[in-house]
Amino acid sequence: MPSDVEAVAEQVFTALADPTRRSILAALASGGPATATDLAGRLPITRQAIAKHLALLTDTGLVTAEPGERRRVRYRLRSAPMQVAQQFLAALARNWDGPLDALKDHLEGRSG
Amino acid sequence: MAFPDRIERVVEIASAPPTVWAALTTAEGLGGWFGDRATIDLRPGGSAQVTWDDGPTADLRVERVEEPTVFGFTWHIYGLPEGDTRRTYVEFTLEPLDAGTRLHVVESGFAQLSDDDHLKAFDGNTRGWDSELGDLVAYLGAA
Repeated sequence: MPSDVEAVAEQVFTALADPTRRSILAALASGGPATATDLAGRLPITRQAIAKHLALLTDTGLVTAEPGERRRVRYRLRSAPMQVAQQFLAALARNWDGPLDALKDHLEGRSG
Repeated sequence: MAFPDRIERVVEIASAPPTVWAALTTAEGLGGWFGDRATIDLRPGGSAQVTWDDGPTADLRVERVEEPTVFGFTWHIYGLPEGDTRRTYVEFTLEPLDAGTRLHVVESGFAQLSDDDHLKAFDGNTRGWDSELGDLVAYLGAA
């Protein structure tokens, strides 16, 4: 599991860049913890492919594996790495250029 | 460092510092360029609200008031969940020029927590809704 914010953010963005992993993460986010079998029933992806991606997501700390019912492994989304990545996006999403242009127009327009 | 902690901008404005100061620190000023409406209690610890007609309201906490040179506030980090307590600090510094003001804007704190702190702070939340829903079920069951 990566230990610095840079690496954590990179893991999240790498995971999200793949459409299969993105759909697995989206399913866990919207529906809560699920087994590979549950996910295979909901997504147009084979159980084998889902299991492979879940193993990778577990290695990178984006999901955790836990015991579920009938001795099946359940996977749960971990919010911490997502929040690190979100922090990164927050800096990119902050728009100061627009407001500062507006401030300049507001003052200079008024003062002629 | 690739992870951006700070955003910095400098803009030169053809108005004297007191005019720029008023635009930054009064309800009328903030409502004129930043949002569509604003309220402000201009003192350290005071709160301010900037509202956009087509969207959200930003809650600001005034931190530094040194008229007409430094105005600082903290606010919620855009995009993080409502309950997240992390805030960024925005500081405006006004520098007088012969024909106006050089305005510096620095917003810092996007990478304010170390990963360890961060994971500690959020590991407690990884159970999130499931355990809260479990608590609710237990609570209702006991009632």
